[in-house]
Amino acid sequence: MSSAPVLKVEGLVTELRSGGGSVRAVDDVSFEINAGETLGLVGESGSGKSMTCLSILRLIPSSVGRVTGGRVVLEGTDLMTLDEAQMRHHRGRRISIILQDPMTSLNPVLRIGDQVGEAIKLYRGLEGPALRDAIVDGLRAMRIPAPEQRVSAYPHELSGGMRQRVGAAIAMAGPPAVLIADEPTTALDATVQSQLLALLKDVQRETGLAILFVTHDFGIVATICDRVAVMYAGRIVELAPVAELFANPRHPYTEALLRSVPDLDVDVERLYSIEGQPPALDDLPAGCSFAPRCAYARDVCRERGPPRIEAGSLHHASCWKLAGYGD
Amino acid sequence: MATDAPLLELTDVRKHYAVSGGPLGLKTVGAVRAVDGLSFSVRAGETLSIVGESGCGKTTTARLILKLEEPTAGAISFEGRRLDTLDAAGLRHFRGSVQAVFQDPWSSLNPRMTVGRIIAEPMIVQARLSRQDRQDRVAELMTQVGLRREQAELYPHQFSGGQRQRIAIARALSVDPKLIVLDEPVSALDVSIRAQILNLLKDLQDRLGLSYVMIAHHLATVRHMSHHVAVMYLGQLVEIAPGRELFRRPLHPYTQALYSAALSTHVGRPLSEPALKGEIPSPLNPPSGCRFHPRCPHALAECSASEPALVEIEPGRRVQDCSCVRRLISAAAK
Repeated sequence: MSSAPVLKVEGLVTELRSGGGSVRAVDDVSFEINAGETLGLVGESGSGKSMTCLSILRLIPSSVGRVTGGRVVLEGTDLMTLDEAQMRHHRGRRISIILQDPMTSLNPVLRIGDQVGEAIKLYRGLEGPALRDAIVDGLRAMRIPAPEQRVSAYPHELSGGMRQRVGAAIAMAGPPAVLIADEPTTALDATVQSQLLALLKDVQRETGLAILFVTHDFGIVATICDRVAVMYAGRIVELAPVAELFANPRHPYTEALLRSVPDLDVDVERLYSIEGQPPALDDLPAGCSFAPRCAYARDVCRERGPPRIEAGSLHHASCWKLAGYGD
Repeated sequence: MATDAPLLELTDVRKHYAVSGGPLGLKTVGAVRAVDGLSFSVRAGETLSIVGESGCGKTTTARLILKLEEPTAGAISFEGRRLDTLDAAGLRHFRGSVQAVFQDPWSSLNPRMTVGRIIAEPMIVQARLSRQDRQDRVAELMTQVGLRREQAELYPHQFSGGQRQRIAIARALSVDPKLIVLDEPVSALDVSIRAQILNLLKDLQDRLGLSYVMIAHHLATVRHMSHHVAVMYLGQLVEIAPGRELFRRPLHPYTQALYSAALSTHVGRPLSEPALKGEIPSPLNPPSGCRFHPRCPHALAECSASEPALVEIEPGRRVQDCSCVRRLISAAAK
């Protein structure tokens, strides 16, 4: 595992159009990922996880919103400074994405071999027999059985797990340095999910791929991530190595979330429950966005945004409680 | 709370769907055996959860229990009366006694009705109470599930996912059911909201003595909620046991695979890729013998020959009596 970050996100801000004005869906998000490392991005719906991914790839349609601040440095190049043609050169080739639902991300009327081939041809310039071999190799690398026959199958002829492997073969066509996995196993059954996770980890070991894994499932986080960023209302509220986060969560939101999830091996009479619900982006409370639901909130939390506190090496959280409420 | 007579009982229930083919699709060429010989019972005040992967027949089972589908063979009884013999009054009583809460509270609530009307609708159908009493009951139900009574005039889109699921629960409770079928009741909800709903369901069970049949795939949630857990594979039960026992010591290889695929929230537990080969076969043409044998890591030669029966090995615990299961149990006993 090399220690140079292949992807560095600094102060990313994405604003979405809303009514007459705009809302901040991604608010000052910073993190980095090293080669061979998996960073989990955890949060609830609307917390800005997917918007962060789309912003990094510069895939936010201008009619929806735009990135208004920050840098996204991929292998030394700030993607935000590129023109669209240059961006197209990186997107897919050096940084790619695998999405939640392979039934909608694959074209239903094209054979899967052609869809994988389209990516390989574009990124690696292969044609003819070399392209055909590369397609079969790409499918085989994702452990799709009988790849020579499967190239001529249509997406609907494959199971959900197999379709997601085809999606992975397309994402790996570059081959990329960074893979963004946006809830790729949410639509899959548990046994198929662990097969796909094991596959991604093997590919990572072989290629040194850096993975940004978006999920809301702490089981996945505990199993495959090296570090975790927890998002709430557009901001990263805590970031820590995975063992540290589970053993010593510092942000009240992380702590409450971990306590509210039932455990496979431990019985509890009653689950801890976080009252209320995540705020709407166009109606964020003043101060800390979590304050209205937080058991520890004091006046300062409801007035001013919380400071970022270093809670250990590679561990930080944004919370007034950790700052002694400013006293 | 539990009494001895079962509230709900399924006896060798089967549901087969004919598959047509041939010229013009006029011939019946086979049958999808969605549910194939299911027997279990649920007692008052108890939660039975059904787990299994997509296509195992758990949703068909839920629809059969709700009498939205008729079984091809076998019998379903509620309070000791067979559902296929109910007269009009009996059916009306049944419909009031068994309610459902579905997975997706965005599609299960009528967007053009006020919440008060949605919650009152089962009472209107059942012709219970006067108009004024219904309004009082709606207010009472809303308080019971953690909503404010003033919210009865609002429409579903004005509520969050968790609140909508509370509305669906209030609707189910409105006719004082004895059994509620919960089809993935929290999997469409945000993580921080799930515990609220699970706690509410448990509280209601304690307070009202409700029984639940829950369909779910998240095993930690199942463990937390269930008295008994049934594991289904290709339309059949492979194992049914008290929840704690099932997770402490899964006996059937398929249960073991499901358990090992469930991701613990303990860091450092290695990712164990289940030793399952391939994916779930088509219920149109299920494998011979033990239906799980083509994917089973412990399969023996005889597993493909004869169909294993479900046998009781401990009180309340039944498992398919397959050769490999017997061998696993005796190996574990040593």
